[in-house]
Amino acid sequence: MTPLLRISGLTKAYPGVVANDNVSFDIGIGEVHALLGENGAGKSTLVKAIYGLVHPDSGTMELGGNAYDPGEPRNARASGVAMVFQHFSLFEALTVGENIALGMENAPETTALSEKIRTVSANYGLTLDPDRLVGDLSAGERQRVEIVRCLLQEPKLLVMDEPTSVLTPQEVDILFETLRKLKAEGTSILYISHKLEEIRTICDHATILRLGKVVGTCIPSEETPKSMAEMMVGTTLTAPKKGAFQPGPALLEVHNLWLASSDPFGTSLKEITFNLHAGEVLGIGGVAGNGQDELMLALSGEERTQNGTIQFKGENIGHRGPNYRRTQGLLTAPEERLGHAAAPDMSLTENALLTGFGRQKLTTNGFVKWNATKNFARAIVEKFDVRTPSVNNAAKSLSGGNLQKFVIGREIMQNPEVFIVNQPTWGVDAAAAADIRQAILELAHNGAAVLVISQDLDELMEISDTFAVLSEGAMSKVRSAQGVTIEEIGLLMGGTEVSHAPA
Amino acid sequence: MDFSAISPVSLIVSLIAASTPILLAAIGELVVEKSGVLNLGVEGMMIIGAITGFIAAVSTGNPFLGFLGGAIGGALVSIIFIVLTQYLMANQVASGLGLTMIGLGLAALLGHSYAGIKPPSSPHLDIAGLSDLPVVGPILFNHDFIIYFSIILTASVWYFLNRTKAGLILRAVGENHDAAHALGYKVVRVRIYAILFGGACAGIGGAYLSLIRVPQWTEGMTAGAGWIALAIVVFGSWKPWRVLIGAYLFGGVTILQLNLQAVGVNIGAAYLSMTPYIITIIVLVIMSSDKKRASLNAPAALGKLFHASK
Repeated sequence: MTPLLRISGLTKAYPGVVANDNVSFDIGIGEVHALLGENGAGKSTLVKAIYGLVHPDSGTMELGGNAYDPGEPRNARASGVAMVFQHFSLFEALTVGENIALGMENAPETTALSEKIRTVSANYGLTLDPDRLVGDLSAGERQRVEIVRCLLQEPKLLVMDEPTSVLTPQEVDILFETLRKLKAEGTSILYISHKLEEIRTICDHATILRLGKVVGTCIPSEETPKSMAEMMVGTTLTAPKKGAFQPGPALLEVHNLWLASSDPFGTSLKEITFNLHAGEVLGIGGVAGNGQDELMLALSGEERTQNGTIQFKGENIGHRGPNYRRTQGLLTAPEERLGHAAAPDMSLTENALLTGFGRQKLTTNGFVKWNATKNFARAIVEKFDVRTPSVNNAAKSLSGGNLQKFVIGREIMQNPEVFIVNQPTWGVDAAAAADIRQAILELAHNGAAVLVISQDLDELMEISDTFAVLSEGAMSKVRSAQGVTIEEIGLLMGGTEVSHAPA
Repeated sequence: MDFSAISPVSLIVSLIAASTPILLAAIGELVVEKSGVLNLGVEGMMIIGAITGFIAAVSTGNPFLGFLGGAIGGALVSIIFIVLTQYLMANQVASGLGLTMIGLGLAALLGHSYAGIKPPSSPHLDIAGLSDLPVVGPILFNHDFIIYFSIILTASVWYFLNRTKAGLILRAVGENHDAAHALGYKVVRVRIYAILFGGACAGIGGAYLSLIRVPQWTEGMTAGAGWIALAIVVFGSWKPWRVLIGAYLFGGVTILQLNLQAVGVNIGAAYLSMTPYIITIIVLVIMSSDKKRASLNAPAALGKLFHASK
């Protein structure tokens, strides 16, 4: 049987890097095909070539036996290739219907389209109201918008780039049911994910990329997550070592914290109460957009809060700004590496100065001590194995993983007493992620209190001593991370306390 | 003081005329901003439109060709902004300010020998019967053609943005240019068309000043109208009909204070001259005090540079 899509010898080079090097593989009709690889392995470039966003330098593609060279996305859509993007390609201020119309060729007029959206979404168990603003939808509902947009075009091949990274486990189940239904109808799916357990569950075949080359294929159900991860990385992986948890005194006490979000599509914090102890790693799970950013802003001091809601070492700091909190020993590393944690166009030295000037005493009477600052930046680069030609390079020239190591290292090198980090390993390759997690564990082992906000449940299970979930701006009770099951967490993410849930 | 000297009917008629140049420029800028581009060069494009329109009308003797000349002049000068921001990735705020300065200087140079000339007069709508009705006649049926054009333009822009696929694409580009690009829409091309449209509208607004409102050419005659147009786009929270209300409000207060000065109200002329600006600012602040609602309408990618490689 001819495959649906055959890729032969596809090569695409960018200045300084070969993103795809002679890549070949087939996707059969009605097959769920996984594409595996670390960040920078060339998955995105390959997918963009299939969707017509990137022109390959050489190599050919065949779709259903005919030569296929989309050139631009609308041709790809016309040929029956649809794509669900990793970072949603949605417009928050537009309605569901408008968003869907934008992704279609020859969209019907509004009322007919709304009717169609209702039918298709009901058929696949993906409830959607076409008149709602996308900005008001949850991450799971937003993904439905993307999927329904694709389904309305009756695609032959559906490309999904990291579709489950923002979903609760229950939403993942719904998604998988939809995918199985599509597969039964003969639609092929190209599935890209870091989550190897999911790939084992849903995918028939997998192609593994490393540094732009195909390094292997496998049948995921016959492999273990560890063996697939090792094929991706090319070396053997070791999980970070975790010492026993002995809670010290409470360093950070948050009591009855309410905070209205300043973002029209943000989530306000509701009655957040918890204590963070010396030596503790508190993991906070939850689907993105449930108050994580707002909690981060309140704790870092970017948003001030009412008196008495946040106490650090017994002192009220709710009304204090980030600089005061930093000098006192409460350090933070926000999620967005470029633009929030680091200034993209400034050098690593300058970025080191930005958060380190107080605690590292890098200024005298308002003048910068550049030598001391450079040495501080060099020390971070050395200790955290940041790959960069020099500390004079701009932050934006570093790869995501390297910059993240620098950002985390910059805070850890300042010996925080409380360290708060949002998404420490988001979009970071497996080796760098392991280094970062190890550094966080060491920091806690040496007596600091650490709060990790993350959407990666496996990561939280790996490093947390205690665990809580944010849901619609409210936080569940803090519990010991030992023995928590993924199912319990899933219910918490949906806003249900486990004790209230039906057995 | 004799307030009876102020006739409500003539007040309304003249407020419409005073508001139209600002309305035209603001509607153009609204489309530009909806596509995610902040062009602060409205003042410069207006004054270029004022002089090119004036030159075209005087040399052809035809007011229609004058307004066409104003539109072409405004659109041509906006190409500077297009090259700077869409191709050379220059900062939009700085490029817009630069455009205003270039426009003011270039217009003064072009208009050097046109001071003191009277332009051909523009025809007024004159429907037998209707235009002669008391009150309703002068207010609705006895304006120059550009005033009707400006209202039709407002309606068309509303229809375009809310009811057509092209308008939806334009809003999508202004909302999230990376997503629009990922869906295969030509972000830069959409923005170029929007900027050209904005330039043409500002040019017609400028030509209205030099051909009908004043009507003659004086250096710096736009006198901040372009800046008011920019403010009114924000005040109108990027909605065409609200922009029309905003422009009429500013025009109304301008005319009212001129009338009050004429009848000799016991307030210093300097204070009265300030009132249109102050009232516009106050209304603007009140309207945008609900931060959530205002930011809902604001194009999310406004002023951000787009490069396809990202």
